Amino acid sequence: MEIIKVEHLSKSFGTLEVIRDISFSVHRGEVLAIIGPSGSGKSTLLRSVTHLETVTGGSVSVSGADMVRDGVYADEGTLRKIGLKVGLVFQNFNLFPHFSVLRNLTEAQVHVLGRTPAEANGRALALLERMGLSEKLHAYPCELSGGQQQRVSIARALALDPEVLFFDEPTSALDPELTGEILKVIRSLAEERMTMVIVTHEMGFARDVADRVIFMDSGVIVEEGPAAELINNPRNDRTKAFLKRFSE
Amino acid sequence: MEKMLEAMLQGTLVSLEVFFLTLLFSLPLALPVALGRMSRNRLVGGIVNVYLLVMRGTPLILQLIFVYFAPYYLFGISYDRFVAVVIAFVVNYAAYFAEIYRGGIESIPRGQYEAAKVLGFTRSQTFFRIVLPQVVKRIIPSTANEVITLVKDTALAQAIGVAELFRVAQNASARQFSTMPIFIAGLFYFVMNWIVSAAFTRLEKKLAYYR
Repeated sequence: MEIIKVEHLSKSFGTLEVIRDISFSVHRGEVLAIIGPSGSGKSTLLRSVTHLETVTGGSVSVSGADMVRDGVYADEGTLRKIGLKVGLVFQNFNLFPHFSVLRNLTEAQVHVLGRTPAEANGRALALLERMGLSEKLHAYPCELSGGQQQRVSIARALALDPEVLFFDEPTSALDPELTGEILKVIRSLAEERMTMVIVTHEMGFARDVADRVIFMDSGVIVEEGPAAELINNPRNDRTKAFLKRFSE
Repeated sequence: MEKMLEAMLQGTLVSLEVFFLTLLFSLPLALPVALGRMSRNRLVGGIVNVYLLVMRGTPLILQLIFVYFAPYYLFGISYDRFVAVVIAFVVNYAAYFAEIYRGGIESIPRGQYEAAKVLGFTRSQTFFRIVLPQVVKRIIPSTANEVITLVKDTALAQAIGVAELFRVAQNASARQFSTMPIFIAGLFYFVMNWIVSAAFTRLEKKLAYYR
């Protein structure tokens, strides 16, 4: 079953077309990686599907509900409902600095989902334990390493039990020695069949963890296919050139 | 001497009343002003902008005189001087505070709004739960500056005949042919602002638990 269905999506900033006529879908339990050179529009694509950007045309539906159909957005209430099915992990974490780790995880559970503080705390504690951060419960984001902050932000997104989780270059702001801990977390989520869409520069990771890979360049999907096949044996010349730069 | 000090304490009380009433009304009033200034509605933004220009572009002493005398000359209405002082101060200080708030609000990174949106917070939840608490921390130093200025500005209330600390000191000075009372008044202002800065330093420390 398709959780995310994107059809003929386009987005321009002024006269600059950042993504053009993009269509793809994501099935339940699937991990999709989006790769491509910087400026290829992959982050914009992610931000468009999560409604952080307003698209210029095309359609996006989440679990069968239209977020935008042929460039026309659903009403406010529908958008909110759809938004709750979707989680996003940012490159720069964007944790709330004035809240403790625990409150970063509980605030939306209580005030958006309407869970009781006890329920929210329970969910938060379980997630933090899973992330290996039980001891950081009462710490503030500024007291954590980048890797720890990113794990908190993954936990924050998971706390709302989204149907699909998006990652926007989740390791790009981290020191190389810290990327491993994040990739490990994402890998374990993949093993549990969490539906995920990951924009990444980690080719090896994309090949190992993703089921399918999309290669984007200049705002269009150049090539799409099973992860190992696309990364090991790319067909398109642009994909080949891009991947070659990474293997060097 | 004793009588003079008693009179000066009376004057200090009036100054403190102006001070606290001004803060009480102008600090909250500045919030809608700041939001109006940032409004995408050009009419609202334009009106607020004119208000800010006038408030910050003309002397407070002139505004005091205007607030007190304009109703009289226009409609023949006269009212309590103290009320006029508070109105003029509130309207003036709200303009300065509003610009401080605006600076604070605009300094909050976009990512905070985006994270809040993705987590499903409504716009007002985002503002009051996520943005505003961070703004408070960021604007403490510039707000402290403004509040310290307010303590000294209360001396302007005498322009429309309110007997605050400085006026009382001047009167005593004239009576005694001595500048002593004025220096003593200076000491009073100094002590008040010492307390104000100490209070802000404490608040700053209290909010230092996060960056």
